[in-house]
Amino acid sequence: MIHSLFLVNASGDIFLEKHWKSVVSRSVCDYFFEALERATEPENVPPVIPTPHHYLINVLRHRIYFVAVIQSEVPPLFVIEFLHRVVDTFQDYFGVCTEAAIKDNVVVVYELLEEMLDNGFPLATESNILKELIKPPTILRTVVNTITGSTNVGEQLPTGQLSVVPWRRTGVKYTNNEAYFDVVEEIDAIIDKSGSTITAEIQGVIDACVKLTGMPDLTLSFMNPRLLDDVSFHPCVRFKRWEAERILSFIPPDGNFRLLSYHVSSQNLVAIPVYVKHNISFREGSSQGRFELTLGPKQTMGKAVESVLVSSQLPRGVLNANLNPSQGTYTFDPVTKLLSWDVGKINPQKLPSLKGSMSLQAGASKPDENPTINIQFKIQQLAISGLKVNRLDMYGEKYKPFKGIKYMTKAGKFQVRT
Amino acid sequence: MRAPPALSASAPRNGSRDSVSALRRSASSAAAEMSASSAFSDEKGGSASEPEYGHDPASGGIFSSDYKRHDDLKEMLDSNKDSLKLEAMKRIVAMIARGKNASDLFPAVVKNVACKNIEVKKLVYVYLVRYAEEQQDLALLSISTFQRGLKDPNQLIRASALRVLSSIRVTIIVPIMMLAIKEAASDMSPYVRKTAAHAIPKLHSLDPEQKDQLIEVIEKLLADKTTLVAGSVVMAFEEVCPDRIDLIHKNYRKLCNLLIDVEEWGQVVIINMLTRYARTQFLNPNINESLLEDSGEKAFYASDDEEDEDKKAEAATLAKRKPYVMDPDHRLLLRNTKPLLQSRNAAVVMAVAQLYFHLAPKAEVGIIAKALVRLMRSHSEVQYVVLQNVATMTIKRRGMFEPYLKSFYIRSTDPTQIKILKLEVLTNLANETNISTILREFQTYIKSMDKDFVAASIQAIGRCATNIGEVRDTCLNGLVQLLSNRDELVVAESVVVIKKLLQMQPEQHSDIIKHMAKLIDNIQVPMARASILWLIGEYCEHVPKIAPDVLRKMAKSFTNEEDIVKLQIINLAAKLYLTNSKQTKLLTQYVLNLAKYDQNYDIRDRARFIRQLIVPTDKSGALNKYAKKLFLALKPAPVLESPFKDRDHFQLGSLSHLLNAKAGGYQELPDWPESAPDPSVRNVEIPEWSKCTSRKDRKEKKVEKPFYSDSEGESGPTESADSESDSGSGSESASGSEESGSGSESEDSGEESESEEEEEDEEDQKKKRKKLDKTKPKKPVVESAESEQSSGAEDRKRVRKAVKNQKSASESESESESSESDDESEEESEEESESDTDIRKKKAPVSKQPPKQSKKESKKETQEMSLLDLDDFEPSPASAPVTPVNFLSSSLVSDLEGLSLTDTILAPTTIAPSGLIKMYELLHRITGEGLGVEYCFSRQPFSPDPNMVAVQIQFTNNTNSETKNLHIEEPRLQSGMRIREFAEIEVLAAGESVTVVMGIDFCDSTQAANFQLCTHTRKFFVSIQPPVGELMTPAFLTENDFKKEQGKLMGMNEISEKLTLGGKCVNEHVIVERVTATANLSRVPCGSDKECRFAGKTVSSGCLVLVTVATKDTGGAQLTVNCEKMVIGTMLVKDILQALSQ
Repeated sequence: MIHSLFLVNASGDIFLEKHWKSVVSRSVCDYFFEALERATEPENVPPVIPTPHHYLINVLRHRIYFVAVIQSEVPPLFVIEFLHRVVDTFQDYFGVCTEAAIKDNVVVVYELLEEMLDNGFPLATESNILKELIKPPTILRTVVNTITGSTNVGEQLPTGQLSVVPWRRTGVKYTNNEAYFDVVEEIDAIIDKSGSTITAEIQGVIDACVKLTGMPDLTLSFMNPRLLDDVSFHPCVRFKRWEAERILSFIPPDGNFRLLSYHVSSQNLVAIPVYVKHNISFREGSSQGRFELTLGPKQTMGKAVESVLVSSQLPRGVLNANLNPSQGTYTFDPVTKLLSWDVGKINPQKLPSLKGSMSLQAGASKPDENPTINIQFKIQQLAISGLKVNRLDMYGEKYKPFKGIKYMTKAGKFQVRT
Repeated sequence: MRAPPALSASAPRNGSRDSVSALRRSASSAAAEMSASSAFSDEKGGSASEPEYGHDPASGGIFSSDYKRHDDLKEMLDSNKDSLKLEAMKRIVAMIARGKNASDLFPAVVKNVACKNIEVKKLVYVYLVRYAEEQQDLALLSISTFQRGLKDPNQLIRASALRVLSSIRVTIIVPIMMLAIKEAASDMSPYVRKTAAHAIPKLHSLDPEQKDQLIEVIEKLLADKTTLVAGSVVMAFEEVCPDRIDLIHKNYRKLCNLLIDVEEWGQVVIINMLTRYARTQFLNPNINESLLEDSGEKAFYASDDEEDEDKKAEAATLAKRKPYVMDPDHRLLLRNTKPLLQSRNAAVVMAVAQLYFHLAPKAEVGIIAKALVRLMRSHSEVQYVVLQNVATMTIKRRGMFEPYLKSFYIRSTDPTQIKILKLEVLTNLANETNISTILREFQTYIKSMDKDFVAASIQAIGRCATNIGEVRDTCLNGLVQLLSNRDELVVAESVVVIKKLLQMQPEQHSDIIKHMAKLIDNIQVPMARASILWLIGEYCEHVPKIAPDVLRKMAKSFTNEEDIVKLQIINLAAKLYLTNSKQTKLLTQYVLNLAKYDQNYDIRDRARFIRQLIVPTDKSGALNKYAKKLFLALKPAPVLESPFKDRDHFQLGSLSHLLNAKAGGYQELPDWPESAPDPSVRNVEIPEWSKCTSRKDRKEKKVEKPFYSDSEGESGPTESADSESDSGSGSESASGSEESGSGSESEDSGEESESEEEEEDEEDQKKKRKKLDKTKPKKPVVESAESEQSSGAEDRKRVRKAVKNQKSASESESESESSESDDESEEESEEESESDTDIRKKKAPVSKQPPKQSKKESKKETQEMSLLDLDDFEPSPASAPVTPVNFLSSSLVSDLEGLSLTDTILAPTTIAPSGLIKMYELLHRITGEGLGVEYCFSRQPFSPDPNMVAVQIQFTNNTNSETKNLHIEEPRLQSGMRIREFAEIEVLAAGESVTVVMGIDFCDSTQAANFQLCTHTRKFFVSIQPPVGELMTPAFLTENDFKKEQGKLMGMNEISEKLTLGGKCVNEHVIVERVTATANLSRVPCGSDKECRFAGKTVSSGCLVLVTVATKDTGGAQLTVNCEKMVIGTMLVKDILQALSQ
C-alpha cells in the first residue's frame, strides 16, 4: 500500500525519508515540487498527484508536507487518514510536530514509523500500544537514559495488540484516580452583510483525560442526548448500547483521547454569541477608505466572551491601515494585507471597536470586493447547544475516582461577510 | 553461496581502517572527532579504493567526513558496550532517515543482529530491512537468528522474527520464507497468524511464482475466526488473488459479522472487497426502479382513463416477472456495515458510503449523506477527497444531499480547490426549488478576491441557467451586469458563459449581443474576444449594422490578435460575406489576405479553405452553393455538463475515481449479474439465514411502504430512508438477531409484492367502480367537495389499497369504532379529532340521502380518510394544473414518518374540511372591475417547496367577457420572503371561476406579501397577510416527545395565560376544534382528559410550536404555548385566547 514516505519542509527540502518496501528514489518528489510551484497557496497543492509510475498522496500539517508514495490502487482517504494519524502520533510524542522536533527525535520517529506500518499496511496505530512499544521521550527519561544507558524502547513486549481492548494497556496504576471530560463546542457560521445568519452549525467533541487504575468500565449519560444529531465514536464506545439507550459505555484508553465528536441537529436554531457592526467602505476616486468595526455579545447566557481575535483579509489595493482600537491591539501586514485585531475579552458595558481609515493605492480604482471578517472567541463554562452531561459512573473497579467535566464554546469557522 | 568470500574480502579493509581510527579514538574524545576527520579528509578524498564515494566529486568533502565517521561507527558497533552500540545504531538510522548511504556498514551492523539489547536489535532490523536487498550475501548471515526466533516460546518474538525475515528482500531465502509463513499460519497465537498474513504479499512481490502456494495459505487464514487476522488476510487476498472470489463464499458471513470488531484499517480493506463480492453475487436491488420510473409512476397516479389501466397492468406484470427479493446475505452486509458510518476514521466512513452507494436499494442510500457531510469538518485533504465523491453522488442521487445544501456553502478561508469542488456540488444540487437561494449565494461568491474561484462561480451560474430554464433570464441579466466589472477575468468568463446561454435563445437578446460588441474594444482576454466574435458572426442578422463595423475594427487589429481570435475573425468575415456581401466583400478579402500570410499554418489553411468555399470563382467547387448552409447552419446549444458525470463507473472512494483514470491494480467493479448465483455456496454449517423467507412476507408488510413511496418522487428516497433508519436502527442493532434481519430485508422486497397486490386489486376496483357508478347518479350533488373527494378517492384506491391491506386487520377496526362512537378513546385522540371532523362533514349528506346508503358510504370514507389523507389535498379539477403529482408522494412520505414513529400514532390528521377553511378576500369584484379573487390557506403541504405556505386562490370572473393572462408581477417582499407563483391562467371565461395554488414563504412572520395581480388589461396591487396560525404545519409527536420538547422550551420560550372559556366551549371537542381552526396544529395524544395538547412546526424554519390547554374544574383554563420564536408564541396565544373565549 504505502511504499515510502517523504517529509518535506516549507522551503522544499526533503528532511526525512522512510521506505517500507524497496527503495523509491527521492527524485519522485520532483513531481510534487512541480505541483507545489504551480499552487498559489501552500494549501492548494492537490492531495493526490499522479506521476508516471507512482502516485503521490500528500498532507500538509504544521507547514510540513507528508508525501506518501503509492504504487497501485488504494483508497486515497486510507492514506490521508493514516498520514494524519502519523502526525497526531508525533504530536502526542513530542508535544509539537515541527521539523526541529522530528529531526531531534529522528530515531524515535523511525521506530514509530517502523511499528505503524508493515510492508505499507498499518499495523499499530493506537497510541497506547505504541507507547508501550516505544516510550515517548521526556526530559527526565533522556537524562536517565544518558546516565544509565537504558533505552526508550519498552523492555517488556507489548501485550496490548493481543487483547480484546487493544486501545488500553494493561497494568495501569495511579495513586490519584481521575477522569476529566471536556465538552468543547465549536460554532461554524456564515453571517451575511445585514447580520442575519446564512448558515450556522454546532460541532462538538468530548475530549477525555482518563487516568484510572486497572480496567475501569465507564458509562456517561446526557440530560438531553436527543440533541446529538450525528456522532462518531472512539472505537472503545459500545455502539449498540448507544443505539439502544443513548448512553456512552466504554473501557477508556489510558490518558488523553477523543471520546466522541458530534453534530447538533441542524433543526435547532444556533445561538450566535457575538454580533459585529461594520462599515468598511471605499469611495470612488479617493485614496482613502473608511473602516469601522464594533463587536458586541449576544445570546451568551450571561457568560463572558473571551480571547476574541478578529482577522480580515483586506483587498489587495489597500496600502496601509491607520486604525484606532478602543481596546486590544491590532496589526496590519502590508504584504499579505492581513489585518488582525486581538480584542481579548468583550466588556458588554463598553463595546470594543476598531475605527480609522485605510489608505489605498493612489490612482487605483476602488476595490469592488469587500473583505470577510473571521472571528475567534471562547466562552468558558458554556456548551452553546445546551448539551449537559447527566452522570458518569464507573464499574469494574473498587476505588472512587475523581471526576470532572468542563464545558467550553469556541468559534469554529465563524465568518461575517461585509 | 558466495557469502564467505564477500565477507572475507571486506574484513581486511575493515581491519586496516579500524586500526587507524582506533589510534585516533584512544587519543581524542568525541568532541575532537570532527577536526580529526577534516585532517584525514584529503587523504580519503583521493583514495581510489572507495569507488562508491569517488563517483560524486562535488560532495567529496562531505562524504569523506561521513566516511571517517563510518570508521568510527564500526568501532562502536564492535565494542562490548550496549550503550556504544546503541549510539552507533542511532546515528546510522539518522543517516538512513536523511537518505544518506550507509550500506558500507552492513557487515558491522549485521553482526549485532543477535544483540541482547532490544533497542539495538530493533534498529539493526531497521537497517537490515533497508539494505538487505543490496547486500544479499551478507544478509544471509542473519537468517539463522530469525529462524531461531521463529521457534521461540514467546509469540511476540515469533511474530517479530517472521516480520523481519519476510521483509528481507533476498530471493535466495524464498523457500525459507514460504516454510516460515506456512508454519506461522497454523500458529496457536492469532498475532503470529496475523503476521503470517502480512508476510504473504511480501513474498508474493518477491517471487510471484509462489502464488499457488500462497493462495493455499490465504485460504487457510481466511477461515480464521479472529478479528486480528481478518483485516490482514483480506489485504493479502486483495494483493495476491483479488479475482478468486470463490475463496470468499464460505467466509462471507463470518467476515460480515466480525467486521465491526476488526481494526479500522482492516475494515476499509474488507468493506472494499465485500463491495466487489456483493456485486458478483447478488441482484441489483434497484432492478425494478427503472420499470417504475418509466411507466410505473404514471400508471399509479395518472388518472381515470381505461387505457392507462392496461399500461399499469403491463407494468405490474413486468415487475412480476422479475420479482426482486433481497438476498439475506446482501441485507446482512448492509446491516453490519451501517454502524461503521459512525467511525472516527474517515476512510472507514468513506468505505461504507461507497458500499451503500453501490449496493443499497435507492431508499437506503440516503443514510450515508449525514456521515459524509460530517467528514467535511475534517482536514482539507479529507474534504477534498470526500467532496470529489459527493460530487459524483449528487449527480446520481441529488435528493440525498439536498437537506445538507448549506453545509456546502463556501467560506473565504477555504483553499481554492475545495471552493471549486463545493461549487460543483452546489451546482449539482440546484433545482427549481432551491435555485433562488443558491443564486443568491453565488452572487456573493462573485465578489470574492480569489479570481479563479470567481471564474468558476460564473461558470456555475451558467450551468444552473442551462439546467433550470426558469432562472435563465435572471442569470443572463446578472451575467450581463458582470460585463461592466473592473476585473477582466470576470468579464471574460462572463462573456464565454453568456455566449453559451445566448446560443439557446438568440432571438430575444440582440441587445446583449450589441452590448458585447461594444466590449470588444476593451476586453483583451483572447477566449472572450473569440466568443464575442463568434456570437456576432452567428447572429449577424440580429445586429446587421454593428457586425460589419466590428469586422472592420478587427481587420485593423488582425495581425496583433491571438490565434483563436484570428480564427474567429475569419469565421466572422466568412459569415458576413455570405449574408451581407455588399458591405463586407472588400473587408473579407482583406482579412483573408492577411490570414494567407499568417505565421500559423492553421490560420493559413483556414483562410484558404474559406476562400475556396465562399468566394465564387469560375472553377470553384461544388460546395460553393452549400456555403451558406455550412456556415449558417443551426448549431445545437452546448450542454454544460458536470465533469463528474459518469464517474461512478469507478468504484467510489478509490484512487481511480479520484483521478478519473484507471490506476494500477484497480479492480473493476463488476456489473450486477442477470440472475443471482447460487446463494447456498455461502452456507457454512447451519443454514440459518435461508429459512425465514416465507414467514416474513406476511409479517413485515408494515415496513413495505417506505420503499413504495420512494419510487415516486425525488423527495421520497431521502426522507423515507431517514425515517426508516431512525426507526429501524434501534431494534436492528439492539438485537442483531436474525429476525430483525429478515425484517428489513423484506421491506425491500416490498416493492415487488406491492405491484403484485396491485394487480389483484384491480379487479376488485373495477367492481367497486361499477358500484360507485351506480350510486353516483343517485346522489344529489350537494357538496361538491364531498363528491369530488369520493371520486378522487376512487382513483387513488390503488395507492391506498396496499396500505389498507396491511393495516386493516388492527387499525381500521379501531378507527371505525372511533368514528362511530363519537367520543372517548383517549389513547387515540388523534384520530378522534380527525374523525370528529369527518363526522361533521358526513352530517350534511346524511340529512339528504337515504340513511342506509349514506352510512355505508360515509363509513367507507372515514376509513379511507384516516388511513391516508390523500383526499385532503385532492385537488379540485380546476386547481389540477398547479398541484403536481408530488403532492401525493410527499404526503405519503409524511404519512409514513408518522407511522414509523410509534404504533399509537396513525396517519396524520387535522386538515380542516373545506367548509371550515376561512376564505379571505384578495380583490373585491368591484375594485377588480368584475374580477373577484378570494384566497384561503389550504393547510396542505406545498410540494414544490416545503418551506412555503400553500395559499389557494380562487378567481371568479363576474364580467361578461373573458379575462386573459392572469398572473403575478413584481412581488414586493420583506427580505427573505419568497413567492412561488402559480402558472399563468391563460383564459378565464365569463362567469367561470378557477382555483390555483401558490406558495409563499413568509419567513415565519405575519408580514404581508405584496404583489401585483395582472390581467391582460389591468394590474391590481394586492397583499396577503397570514394569520399566525397558518404559518405552521402539524407535527406529530408522541406524548413523551411532547413532554421532552416542552421541557426544552421553558423559560422565555414559554407563554402561559389564564382564560375563562367561552359559553360554547363546553367540552373537549369544541376546544380542539377551535384551536385547530385557529392554528394549523395537530393534536397530541394525552393521558389526562383535562388537557388538550397540540403540536406544530413553523413552515419556514421548522421551529416547534407546542400548545397546551388545561381545563380546570372551576371552568377556567390555562393556555400554554411553547415556541422558540417568541413573537409567534405571543401572537398565537392571543389568537387562541380569542377563539376560546368567544
